[in-house]
Amino acid sequence: MLEIVKVGIADLNIVKAPQLIRTSGLGSCVGVVLYDEEKKVAGLVHVMLPDSALAKANMLNPAKFADTGIQELLVQLAKNGARRSKLKAKIAGGAQMFQFESGRDLIRIGSRNIEAVKQELRSLEINLIAEDIGGNNGRTIEFNPDDSSLMIRTVNKSIKYI
Amino acid sequence: MTNNPPFVLQQFSDKQMDLLKEVGNIGSGHAATALSTLLNRKIEMKVPNVEFVTFEEMFDLAGGAENKIVGLFLRVDGEAAGNMFCLLSVDQAQIIAKEMLQQQGFPFEGLHHEMSKSLLQELGNILSGSYLAAIADLTNLSLYPTVPSISIDMAGAIISHGLLELSTASDVAIVVNTSLHEVDETSSIFNGDIILLLDSSSFSQLFQALDVRGKCETC
Repeated sequence: MLEIVKVGIADLNIVKAPQLIRTSGLGSCVGVVLYDEEKKVAGLVHVMLPDSALAKANMLNPAKFADTGIQELLVQLAKNGARRSKLKAKIAGGAQMFQFESGRDLIRIGSRNIEAVKQELRSLEINLIAEDIGGNNGRTIEFNPDDSSLMIRTVNKSIKYI
Repeated sequence: MTNNPPFVLQQFSDKQMDLLKEVGNIGSGHAATALSTLLNRKIEMKVPNVEFVTFEEMFDLAGGAENKIVGLFLRVDGEAAGNMFCLLSVDQAQIIAKEMLQQQGFPFEGLHHEMSKSLLQELGNILSGSYLAAIADLTNLSLYPTVPSISIDMAGAIISHGLLELSTASDVAIVVNTSLHEVDETSSIFNGDIILLLDSSSFSQLFQALDVRGKCETC
């Protein structure tokens, strides 16, 4: 039986093969998958904002931000038998859904999210294996820890795997 | 997986919730009138829905994160800043774009054609403009809406854009949601939602303004 674990916005979860893990409707948000290829364990976090320093309140959900979200994912992966040194990453999302002329802070959030995710991965020395980022369309992604493939579906284009 | 309970910005009293409902009522009442004039049809609104929802529940209002919809988004700056969406189903957007273009003697060349998009943007402009003008009149607050942008995509991808500002302060959104639809449902040309998402910092100003106007005795 094929079990698909769903991850909501500003949420994260862990799966082991033969489970799949999916998040739907990524716009400016970025889906970050970290996985241990041999152990076939993977985690997915659906990041909304680049930096937890943007938080105007304490106690906000850590999965919302690129920095705290990826760090929390590492903790959960370790608990589920993934080896820290073997972790690799695939990412998707970070689109700009609406076009604006004004230079408001949160408007270029897609590219800022991508930058922040990559920065966090670099500082944690996790290899980024594949990405499908930017543009101006939404994405639904699904990761299969069995073959480490990330499926990406958009509204108008066909399905692809990275 | 993250077990923390959602962080709630603040709890509102029943009275404050009623005030927000009134804002939705007056705003969308004016939007319905404007739409009625524009289309020359009878347009009706449902009683506004005001509630605290998680971000995921927000997507459910539009048929789920993956559902393909037409979204018109605009930012409201000023004394009660926030975001506004007009959401239409793809079928509805197609019907209305076709009807309005043909009324003007233009061919309908699909929803993704520039003419259709620009027309729907203008529709969003009229709806949001009349909604916000009514709120500005009611509260005496200055509101400066941007011109709406359009996206035809997954509901999650569209709506999350409007949640960014408030997500820095809260894990839930308070949503003021109204549906407009044509009275004659057999020929329904319009059926859509207008959603107002105020920034967390806007509520106190809004409640205060309504209080000064004698609309709120104890908030």
